[in-house]
Amino acid sequence: MEKTEDILLVKDLSISFDNHEIFNNLNFSVVRDTTVAIVGPNGSGKTVLFKALLGLIKYSGKVTWHKDARIGYVPQKLSVSRDLPLTVLEFLSLKEKDSKKINDFLLKVGFKQKAEHIHHDIRVLNTKLGSLSGGELQRILMAYSLLGNPNVLLLDEPTAGVDIKGEETFYELFKNLKKDKDLTIIFISHDEEIVTKYADNVIKLIHEH
Amino acid sequence: MNTNLLFLIILGGLVGASSGYLGSFMVLKRMSLVGDALSHVALPGIAVALAFGINPMLGAIIALTLATIGVWLISENSDIYPEAVVGIFFTGSLAAGILLTPEPEMFEALFGNIDKITNLDGLIIILGAIVIFILTKLISKKLMLGIVSEDLAKSQKINISKVNLIYLLLVGLVVTLGVKFLGTLLTGALVIIPAVTARNISKSIKSFHILSIVFGIIAATFGILIAKILGIPSGPIVVLVGILLFLFSFLFRSK
Repeated sequence: MEKTEDILLVKDLSISFDNHEIFNNLNFSVVRDTTVAIVGPNGSGKTVLFKALLGLIKYSGKVTWHKDARIGYVPQKLSVSRDLPLTVLEFLSLKEKDSKKINDFLLKVGFKQKAEHIHHDIRVLNTKLGSLSGGELQRILMAYSLLGNPNVLLLDEPTAGVDIKGEETFYELFKNLKKDKDLTIIFISHDEEIVTKYADNVIKLIHEH
Repeated sequence: MNTNLLFLIILGGLVGASSGYLGSFMVLKRMSLVGDALSHVALPGIAVALAFGINPMLGAIIALTLATIGVWLISENSDIYPEAVVGIFFTGSLAAGILLTPEPEMFEALFGNIDKITNLDGLIIILGAIVIFILTKLISKKLMLGIVSEDLAKSQKINISKVNLIYLLLVGLVVTLGVKFLGTLLTGALVIIPAVTARNISKSIKSFHILSIVFGIIAATFGILIAKILGIPSGPIVVLVGILLFLFSFLFRSK
């Protein structure tokens, strides 16, 4: 059955920086349409693993995505310079031309049709990306990752900087998205409660140094 | 106004516009100084071209192409941007260029001379500006995403290093186009100053690009006009007009 098909296969993955070994022969697979949490202490290489999965860094071994995998990625804490004259709309337009779709996704990630603060409703589109708070930026990155119709989401601590209420909103959003369509989610988190509540499987990285 | 002056002003406007457009990305990439120093590399190219009796712009573009590939290779193969290496390399080529350039041509090679612009130069400038606008427009979204986050761009299967190489080669081309007007010492300034000026008062990328182009055109055309009227070298006066605009923009900058 298609449900049990692997969307990602990682075989003998090894990564080292300057002779410092991060992983040695890591093997795992991710079943399509499941939610997988990656947990582990600071420095255990969670973000490094993500970067390898995305092909952003050099590694040895094999990372094989299913051929129809379309990946949306939310990086951990993006630092955007305050003086970058790029509006939120212009940023999202780098991926999606249809402004109606952009509006829809903004509402999905928790922006309101109308709110008191300009950063909390869709007027946020005309503000500078660099003027947003950490949590607001995180929501925008979330919307960005959802544009382009992904069937895989890689979330690197997506709720860092988001308050607890917002955090729940995010994970409820993912849950709802999964109801509608085939969506594999791989996320990094420190929050045990979130991991137990939402993950089907957990990959635990252990620091051995 | 005679046709020759009109011709020069139009060419200058094209150089200013393409410099401003490319410069807007350069400033965001935090490579302003590289853009400026890169122009120094044109000098040895011009000197060699003069020695062989070929068009100095051709010499400049060859030298700049080699240099931009060098900058690209260095930035691709190292984690930290090796500014010191770039600084040494560029001042070195300036020094070599000064020794190689024949004395009579030295002043115009360094500061530009609009009276020496030929029809062939004009044609090169027009074609160059067209190439710059088309190619930059084509890579602009990828370039912009790379500026926000290289990881994000790469995660969308964008070949950022290829985009960066195309961009740097275009910068080399635009510096070449400006060489006759501004000389090798100052042509990089036209890439940087209009863009920094525009950033002071821009609230969106669209307005940033447009203002950067407009300031590039104003600096180049007014500078050339003043230079022609006063009979002084065009390079310094174009730069000074640009800086005057910058000072105004600084007063009205948006937070």
